[in-house]
Amino acid sequence: MALKIPAALLDQLRRHGEQTYPYECCGALVGDFDNAGGKAVKAVVPCGNTRTDSPQNRYHIDPSELVRIQREAMLAGRDIVGFYHSHPDHPAQWSVTDLAEAHWTGCSYVITSVDKGRAALTNSFQLQDQEEAKHFENEVIEVDN
Amino acid sequence: MPIKLLIPTPLRPYAGSQSIIQVNAHTIGEALGNLVAQHPDLRRHLFSEDSNLRSFVNVYVNDEDIRYLSKDATPVKETDTIAIVPSVAGGR
Repeated sequence: MALKIPAALLDQLRRHGEQTYPYECCGALVGDFDNAGGKAVKAVVPCGNTRTDSPQNRYHIDPSELVRIQREAMLAGRDIVGFYHSHPDHPAQWSVTDLAEAHWTGCSYVITSVDKGRAALTNSFQLQDQEEAKHFENEVIEVDN
Repeated sequence: MPIKLLIPTPLRPYAGSQSIIQVNAHTIGEALGNLVAQHPDLRRHLFSEDSNLRSFVNVYVNDEDIRYLSKDATPVKETDTIAIVPSVAGGR
């Protein structure tokens, strides 16, 4: 499994985490699935974080934004292939909350740690299996220059 | 009347790999009922054991959340598009 992403788009989602620091950023990744289960990101779509009660350690994307992104992606012949968010001053590893709130099996969940306002590590995890047995697997990020 | 349903990527394996499915319905309840009748494997991904939509499954008619309309009884017309969207959330 791999998530292919152009360098400029990877930079875009990392910068988003810096812009919203010390709060979590979030957004969707639009692109294509290949037959081997890999994904190629063609667009990064920044979203608002509706968790205004605790934006420093929680995120939530308004479903109406997801509806619009999904509709526009399908019209363009693409798909939502994943999502991204940031962990301000926290490792770029999925948390118990990340797993509990993840429901897009087969999609990538990209996490960037933002240390003191600067984007540090970015990791990707693919959500696997059905809801009752779901888990994250590490995913290689292949950056196209 | 025929209504279009948009199927999100995680649910397509249970819907014959289709991204758009057409069903006959006059309400959201009928549309979802006919959807799972066509694709029974979808049922447990959309509904809990008490037959209510699972808490993380959002259903929209065009740009409106059915929870803020009339839920299952929300009427639909041929030009409407129903979107099923699992929620996206988390945090450190």
